[in-house]
Amino acid sequence: MQAAKMNALQTIEGLLTLSQQEELVDLPNSYPLSASEDEGDSDGERKHQKLLKAISCLDEKNRWKWTERSEASLQVSEFNMSSEGSGEKLVLSDLLEPVRTSSALAAVKKQLNKVKSKKTMELPLNKEEVKQIHREIAFNKTSQTLSKWDPIVLRNWQAEQLVFPLEKKQPAFVPIELVLSGWKARTPLEQEIFNLLHKNRQPVTDPLLAPMEKAALKAMSLEEAKMHRAELQRARVLQSYYEARAKREKKIKSKMFHRNMKKEKARKALKDFDHLWKVNPTAALDELQKMEKARVMERMSLKHQNSGKWAKSKMVMAKYDLEARQAVQEQLAKNKELTHKLQIISESEEEKRGTKEEESLVPDVLNEVQMCTDGPNPWLLRGCNSDTKESEIQPDPEQQPEPVIPKFPKTEEDERPAAEEEILLKGFGESRSLRERFQLNRDTESVGCQETKDSSTQDILAKLKALNQKLENRHSSKQTVSPAGTVLQVQREECIPEEEESLLLQRPERVQILEELEGLGKEEYFQNKELPRPLLKWKQMKRNPNNQTDSPKGKKKEQMIDLQNLLTTEPPSVKSLAIPTAIEELEDEEKQNLKQMIKEAFSGDDVISDFLKEKREAMKASKPKAVDLMLPGWGKWGGAGLKPSAKKGRRFLIKAPEGPPRKDKDLPNVIVSEKRNIHAAAHQVQVLPYPFTHHQQFERTIQTPIGSSWNTRRAFQKLTTPKVVTKPGHIIKPIKAEDVSCHSSKLGLSVIQSVTAQPTGNKKQKTDKSSVD
Amino acid sequence: METVPRPGKGVPLKKDKLQAKRKKPRRYWEEETAPTAAGASPGPPRKKKKNLELRRQKLKNAHNSKKSWSSKKSQVTKKSREQRRPREQKNLREQKKPGSQQSLSGAQDPFPGPAPVPVQKARKFCRIDKSKKLPHSLPKTQSKLEVAEALEEEISIKAARSELLLAEEPGFLEGDDGEDTAKIRQADIVEAVDIASAAKHFDLNLRQFGPYRLDYSRTGRHMTFAGRRGHVAALDWVTKKLMCEINVMEAVRDIRFLHSEALLAVAQNRWLHIYDNQGIELHCVRRCDRVTRLEFLPFHFLLTTASETGFLTYLDVSVGKIVAALNARAGRLNVMAQNPYNAVIHLGHSNGTVSLWSPSVQEPLAKILCHRGGVQAVAVDSTGTYMATSGLDHQLKVFDLRGTYQPLSARTLPLGAGHLAFSQRGLLAAGMGDVVNIWTGQGKATLPALERPYLTHRLAGPVHGLQFCPFEDVLGVGHSGGITSMLVPGAAEPNFDGLESNPYRSRKQRQEWEVKALLEKVPAELICLNPRALAEVDVISLEQRKKERMERLGYDPEAKAPFQPKPKRKGRSSTGSMVKRKKKVLEQEHRDKVRQSLEEQQKQQKQQKAKPTGVQPSALDRFVR
Repeated sequence: MQAAKMNALQTIEGLLTLSQQEELVDLPNSYPLSASEDEGDSDGERKHQKLLKAISCLDEKNRWKWTERSEASLQVSEFNMSSEGSGEKLVLSDLLEPVRTSSALAAVKKQLNKVKSKKTMELPLNKEEVKQIHREIAFNKTSQTLSKWDPIVLRNWQAEQLVFPLEKKQPAFVPIELVLSGWKARTPLEQEIFNLLHKNRQPVTDPLLAPMEKAALKAMSLEEAKMHRAELQRARVLQSYYEARAKREKKIKSKMFHRNMKKEKARKALKDFDHLWKVNPTAALDELQKMEKARVMERMSLKHQNSGKWAKSKMVMAKYDLEARQAVQEQLAKNKELTHKLQIISESEEEKRGTKEEESLVPDVLNEVQMCTDGPNPWLLRGCNSDTKESEIQPDPEQQPEPVIPKFPKTEEDERPAAEEEILLKGFGESRSLRERFQLNRDTESVGCQETKDSSTQDILAKLKALNQKLENRHSSKQTVSPAGTVLQVQREECIPEEEESLLLQRPERVQILEELEGLGKEEYFQNKELPRPLLKWKQMKRNPNNQTDSPKGKKKEQMIDLQNLLTTEPPSVKSLAIPTAIEELEDEEKQNLKQMIKEAFSGDDVISDFLKEKREAMKASKPKAVDLMLPGWGKWGGAGLKPSAKKGRRFLIKAPEGPPRKDKDLPNVIVSEKRNIHAAAHQVQVLPYPFTHHQQFERTIQTPIGSSWNTRRAFQKLTTPKVVTKPGHIIKPIKAEDVSCHSSKLGLSVIQSVTAQPTGNKKQKTDKSSVD
Repeated sequence: METVPRPGKGVPLKKDKLQAKRKKPRRYWEEETAPTAAGASPGPPRKKKKNLELRRQKLKNAHNSKKSWSSKKSQVTKKSREQRRPREQKNLREQKKPGSQQSLSGAQDPFPGPAPVPVQKARKFCRIDKSKKLPHSLPKTQSKLEVAEALEEEISIKAARSELLLAEEPGFLEGDDGEDTAKIRQADIVEAVDIASAAKHFDLNLRQFGPYRLDYSRTGRHMTFAGRRGHVAALDWVTKKLMCEINVMEAVRDIRFLHSEALLAVAQNRWLHIYDNQGIELHCVRRCDRVTRLEFLPFHFLLTTASETGFLTYLDVSVGKIVAALNARAGRLNVMAQNPYNAVIHLGHSNGTVSLWSPSVQEPLAKILCHRGGVQAVAVDSTGTYMATSGLDHQLKVFDLRGTYQPLSARTLPLGAGHLAFSQRGLLAAGMGDVVNIWTGQGKATLPALERPYLTHRLAGPVHGLQFCPFEDVLGVGHSGGITSMLVPGAAEPNFDGLESNPYRSRKQRQEWEVKALLEKVPAELICLNPRALAEVDVISLEQRKKERMERLGYDPEAKAPFQPKPKRKGRSSTGSMVKRKKKVLEQEHRDKVRQSLEEQQKQQKQQKAKPTGVQPSALDRFVR
């Protein structure tokens, strides 16, 4: 007895360790546990009773929750504390239920259930909510009904001109047949012509279409075309149905179904074959050969390596029969040999590939079998193999009890749940590992993402850097001061933060601006001095080698020279046939004298420098002025003779933003006023009309003049057509649904057609009426 | 701006007269060759052959005579109106029912559809500047733009098609091989041309009242002139019918027609006077005193006066109000010209500058330094492209007015040109002492080539006034000996707009035109350097308004809403992913911005780098002293 108890205990413990989450209701584990706890107790009698009771409980029929409340004892085992009963709810029917179920109470129970299942009536909705719902529905309905006007509204909005009252547009051209039908040949010439035409079977009324063409046109009528189209459509639909069905069937997992299907197919094939045999014996023979070949092929492919009938039976036998086992193994080896693909690849790859193929083609189980052939029965190792795979450290006691298995008195039924559990567990473990792997993957993925992101950002950064370097290179090449080495260094410095780089970017420009300023200052200095021109030139030339780099200054200087050239160079003189008498009379010497006199007369006033001065002043005046906020006595002594420091001056000087470049920047001989013509601006458009978002878009639409002096009469009329024209003396009726349908039919708007479901005759009458109106 | 050509449809009654008058000498030969033409004017038969040849090969005159004076107009007019009418009618009929006619007869139209229009011609009338790239536009805006463009195309094609109605061609003068046209004298020309044209050359011998200034009316039919010593006269110069002749008993500095030939303004010694064509003094404008030069802006109805006191005054003659009186601050003003394109007044100053003025701006719109000496004369061509100036430094320069204001060509003259005038087709006339030189370009509105003159003419006295007659190949010269009307072939526009300036209009038509012109008067404020700028949106006030609106509302109503990712189904719209998506878009935008700015910077760098390379100093420069 004790031994049996121990056994049971052992097995149950093993189970528990395996599955702690599982609620094994079937096994009353509370009892054996308590038994184990009470092992040392003296009153074995009571224990025995309990055990008996428990065993009786195991019976399927009166299986009811067995909970025990033990008295307080000195030793409280942790195993004794069962929470089994605590979570359960007390059901009303349990109370009612007597020990033996009475049929009389079943009705009451039913009623109770019914009462329980019945739900309470919900409260009626709040009045406000009801109203809101009603409003929403009403809104939806009205918006739907109104939406049928949308196309008309759109069309009217886009229409070039709307003439009210709206009229139905008459077709502009009446078909020529209609015009000609009422016409008859009267004069003899006409009659003769028509006779000729009739004789030659030429078209008379509709000259565009010869009889042949007409026939060709008639060959396919609209109905036929429609039918043809419908047929095509149907075929397409059927095809899609068939495809969908095939897909669905393919996805069905039921083996039974597929088997049935296969059988059905085979039956059908047989039937067909019979039929063929009767009709055409030779063809049937061919067919037979084909079938045979297919069968052979299938056999050759050894698709059913261990799932065939023979293999299965052998496997059953293999437990006890060595020969059978060998046969099975042989078959498997043969299969492997046959299915091994011959591939010409590099050895290392071959190896890998081979192992992989082994893994993929042969079930894992078999491999396991081959691995531990030293074991007594490979076929029964099946269950634990996976475990070996799962966990590297296989508990020894597990392997050791294996040989004992034959001795183990266990029915198959007992074994199966265990196996199932194993499978379950395995599955669980696998899923967990999978999850873990997935998580890892995700982690790696996210990391990868970050990496890729990083790389992308780095790419951009690199690009930016490259650009910067290019720019810098340019600068450096321009300045020609920095040797190439520094440039290279700069190139190498890739770890500079962005901000710094942006600073770097800005710097050269600033330098340039400074240079410009300097240049300007120098120039001003020059010009203010008003040196005699040659001297000035000479000085400039002298200056030039010092700072060749500042291009703006050079340009400015160029401009000046240009201006000088412009006015001082003597253009070729005109050789006129008729020389004015005043000059003609003078002799050559006198002419020269005159010229000299003119030169002398103009030598005094230097027009050019005056002009330049004026221009400078204008430029200065138009420049936005900087605001000086410095207070002379602030923070330092101030007063007569004390100069405020330059640093302070700079600090409190608010520089005005530089305005747009002057229009006469590159024109040395011109001063263009930058003043805005406010009187003209008052006539300009100041607000953008609706659909335009940018002023350039709007400007493009008003660039064409619409006046009659710039356009032909027709164009002028077209350009100035009023958007809306109302005919005087006509009643403008609101647009009606019928009218809408009439328009829509032209546009092909099916929506409106469906809305205005009216008989066509009626409509026609109405339109006639409106046209009469 | 290119206006649509219009046929001279003003006076159907006077058509014969029009032809007789408008046609250059060549015309009456042609009428002989085409006997169907109605106006049978007797012509010398001996020159018949020569002229025929002339017409056939326009380029060269095979005749051994020195001068050839031909006008291509006549060629077209030969196919006289009787011939043209029926053809037009036929065209109309064909266009009306092309389908029916074609199908009934079975004959096919060899040229189906409307007549093709050369693209070049149509492009002339296109005003939309498509070179500018527009910012991205919404579909609604896009549709509007497309409509505008389509409309413009249609209209330009219509305008190009109507160019067919410009039947007349300008005249020209060609010498024999190697012959200089400048050697051809007026007498030779007059001898070669028909009587009607020959009658347009005349001299008025008026030695008594000193040097004369003259002016033609806008239609080119009337002329008025005033001698320094008070002689004022107006006449229909074609018929030589005198309208009035008075002596104002005061020194007269300048004279000008107002919008029509019925009114003329005279700048007298003290004040500005306005007379009508009967010689009755209508007004004495005392606010314009000591006026030296007069100009009339026909579309604005503004009479501009430049005075000795240095004031430029704009007088609105339609309401009699002085619109603006601007102080040029440059001393005595005695050189003035108007730019017919944009109605800007050009003033020449003694310091060698030319300043451009508009009545709405108190300072000059632009100032151009043209000469080292004072400016003697200024003239602007009819398209507003070129400005010719002459100065005391004996130079004649032609400036480009299209924004650059640079001299395009310059010449030194033996004596500085005291007066300059541009004709309608861009011929430049300069009066130097007692000689008038005329230069011509390659075609209409092209730069006159100053290398060799087209025509020269010596007058009885020094030139004092110079003006081309509109719509007639005639140059009127006022000098100390009176008035000379010179023939200058190819000077004027051959086709006139019958509704705008019709030389043959009746009194009623003139009155009607006057009313219309007054209704279409352009406000004086609209005068600016670039009249096309008026068709642009005033960006500054637009921005200002936007800013104010933003301030008023407290937010930017037109700002682009920040990107809000759409919620996605199947649990993909977690807060994290939404934020991620939002961030992604933001970053993308930022990236775009950075890229753009970088590109701009690069461009700037490129430009800055490209410029200095243009003027690389050569090694030999060091030897330049």
